[in-house]
Amino acid sequence: MDNIAFQGLIGLSLAMYLWLLSAGLTIIFGVLGVLNFAHGSLYMVGAYLAFTFYGLLGLPFWVAVGLSLLGVGLLGIIMERGFLSRLYGIDEAYQLLLTFGFILILDDAVKIIWGGVFKIPPIPEFLDGAWSLLGRPFPVYNTFLIGIGLVVAVLLWFLFERTWWGRTVRATASDREMANAIGVNVPRIFTGVFALGAMLAALGGALGTPVRVVAPGIGAAMIIQAFIITVIGGLGNLKGAFVGSLIVGILSAYGTLFFPVFELFFIFVIMAVVLLIRPQGLFTR
Amino acid sequence: MSELLRVEGLRKSFGQLAAVDGITLTLDPGRLTAIIGPNGAGKTTLINLVTGGLLPDGGRVYFKGHEVTALPPHQRVRKGISRSFQLMTIFPRLTVGQNLLLPVLARLGRTHRPFSALEREEEAWAESDRILEDLGLLDARDEPAGALSHGDQRLLELGIAIAPRPELCFLDEPSAGLTPVERATVMELVRRLSERGRTTFVIVEHDMDVVFSLADWIVVMNRGQVLAEGPPAEIRENREVRTVYLGEEFE
Amino acid sequence: MRVNRSAFQGRLTSPAAWALCALLLFLFLQPAFAGRYSLYLTIHILILSIFALGFNLLFGYTGLLSFGQAGFFAVGAYVCAKILIAVPSLLLGLVGGVLGAGIVAAFLGFLSVRHTRVYFSMLTLAFGMMIYSIAWKWRDVTGGDDGLVGIPRAPLELPGLSLSLATMERYYYVVLVVSLLAIWGMHRLVRSPLGLTLQALRDSETRAAFAGVSVRAYRLIAFTIAGLYAGLAGALLPPLENTVTPPIAHWSYSAEPVLATLVGGIHTFGGPIVGSFLLYMIKDIIVRFTQYWLIWLGAIVVVLVLGFRGGVVSIIEQALQPRLARRVERKAGTERKAAAGRKTK
Repeated sequence: MDNIAFQGLIGLSLAMYLWLLSAGLTIIFGVLGVLNFAHGSLYMVGAYLAFTFYGLLGLPFWVAVGLSLLGVGLLGIIMERGFLSRLYGIDEAYQLLLTFGFILILDDAVKIIWGGVFKIPPIPEFLDGAWSLLGRPFPVYNTFLIGIGLVVAVLLWFLFERTWWGRTVRATASDREMANAIGVNVPRIFTGVFALGAMLAALGGALGTPVRVVAPGIGAAMIIQAFIITVIGGLGNLKGAFVGSLIVGILSAYGTLFFPVFELFFIFVIMAVVLLIRPQGLFTR
Repeated sequence: MSELLRVEGLRKSFGQLAAVDGITLTLDPGRLTAIIGPNGAGKTTLINLVTGGLLPDGGRVYFKGHEVTALPPHQRVRKGISRSFQLMTIFPRLTVGQNLLLPVLARLGRTHRPFSALEREEEAWAESDRILEDLGLLDARDEPAGALSHGDQRLLELGIAIAPRPELCFLDEPSAGLTPVERATVMELVRRLSERGRTTFVIVEHDMDVVFSLADWIVVMNRGQVLAEGPPAEIRENREVRTVYLGEEFE
Repeated sequence: MRVNRSAFQGRLTSPAAWALCALLLFLFLQPAFAGRYSLYLTIHILILSIFALGFNLLFGYTGLLSFGQAGFFAVGAYVCAKILIAVPSLLLGLVGGVLGAGIVAAFLGFLSVRHTRVYFSMLTLAFGMMIYSIAWKWRDVTGGDDGLVGIPRAPLELPGLSLSLATMERYYYVVLVVSLLAIWGMHRLVRSPLGLTLQALRDSETRAAFAGVSVRAYRLIAFTIAGLYAGLAGALLPPLENTVTPPIAHWSYSAEPVLATLVGGIHTFGGPIVGSFLLYMIKDIIVRFTQYWLIWLGAIVVVLVLGFRGGVVSIIEQALQPRLARRVERKAGTERKAAAGRKTK
């Protein structure tokens, strides 16, 4: 029993990466109507940047994470302003194709700039070690991740429910033309939301740097899981993304324990089941 | 005379807004009905609910005695209900002729055929050519529909709505955005088709001239409910209706 | 051969007909003067052409963008490989591959077609990668990351005739004939009532539904046919390469028909075929200079999507009939915008 609970907590901390990635993906879709296929690549660039600042340049961990967020945020602004916005009036298929093209570019770009697989840098000291949970050593870093994930969830809730910017964004999301009519600078909102989503992805990637491998292709693996999460939670639904991430993260961890070879397939089966019985997602009205 | 359409207690809300708030209505065949009402009265929502574009939150829809409340749109078309759209939807990359060929093929049950050449579908082409002639668009048959003028596209849209040979056809603001000449053409076509007797038309309109010259029966909606219904003369005298339309001319 | 031309103008214009004849002649006579590598390359181009034709039936003709076609390609390849290892009959292998891919496509399609187009595209990517993960992990059946090896180039067993395909020339002719049949079949299909119905879906799913067409049913038909074609393309691979490995199920391989069609032209029948040829030429050139060809392909996608959405063929078309093309495009654009604005499914 303890084993299962423990594995669940491991899954919970893994779920946080997925949450950060899915949150950005679902926010971008909810507001801009764009499904950013390249979102996993932004996660990957976030990881690489954090690795560079922290692992290679030796900057403090927080600074490295912060710089990584800024860097990917800037990349997101360029992607949206410079390219994506030109396709807004047209068939969404072209927007998808564009983001697909970005995956190809970014995946190769990191290979060119950084080469292949990297060593994992040491965990920052104050986050290292483990404490006893349910009679077993539970890494401090995982606890830290869970904490960050929850903090982000609360901050996002606060942002969209209580702040002026958040409410403007929600208004724009539900009725673009109306927002435009009452004077909202819709293009600027779009860019801001895209940058926010990108930074969330980058945060996920950056936080993974000390404990997970930094390599090309990590984005692709994550984006598939993010897609599954959005199926479960409903596209554009933040609460759904959070719960979906928990489900996928925890079930993944159990999958690794009970069906070691097929854990990914197990998750796909869950997605297929949701598609069959409640295609709009578990949390969409 | 048995009723063509019966709607009972139909309700539909979007968030807090009750777009359609308990509508009970019957439509008799052969009677050209106009649905009027201020913006936001729920007219388009009602059409969507009846034709299958939306599922109601409550209430039922009966067509010729059979319940169709939850039927998807394409099945309602096969039963005999069709509609045209306020924001024109035609098939822009297909030719004008092909635009009409599709609903005809659908009616004939031939849309799934993968190997017979399209040009050999003689029965379907003959019928779509007939409709084209009615619309006055026969010489545009081989042009891409997207290249037509606005007024002609509206005519084509109407053609697509009647091609399935519906018994009940909803026209959602058929004259919106048209020049007076185009409007007259469209309305003349509707009158002609209506007189043929095969299709009962229901028109949502804002243009009162059109409404009072064409309609045999008027349904007035306001705030998601039916305010009044009756023959044009009655509606013209109705105090409540005049209040709702305060400031608008409808002599 | 333009999609939006009336059915009555189905005849090819003279220069195009001549060019086509010349091309066919070249293809049939190629083994007489070309080397092994040239035949090998042509086979690959033909395989990609079949793959891309299926993809474009879904995208250019029905309006559905799938990023997971490689999954069906892989199913076709693996099923064919398993059959060939057990029973050395090419025909059986091809039929098995096609059917296997079709069945999987029908099932996954059933799950996917009831959603909005964006959701659909996302699901195709996810399902494609699911097949990839199965190919990677299911060592017992698929050989894992080593794949299946030692696949024989089985002879073509027809009633009363057994044709050995040991030489590249022989296999080339088989692939050529199969490709031409597949192309001919697709050509008939797009000019049939079914083809018209699919194009109507592309132009306006809402209008099609209200004209009596079941959107879900026809999306599924298109998806299954695309899967069948992907499976056929995949099944032609194992006898050529004698091995089958997981990367052919990866999303980056799904990009191949997407790129080929984008480059060649979405809105015409021949676009995917032209694009397949061009894509191989482009890749050949890029690879001479750098190993990083994905970034260049990505850049090409971006440029095409931003500026040349109709691909090479439309560039030619626009040069010949600019005003008409623009007006239709603008109307098609407003339709899509209106459809996007209307939140109906």
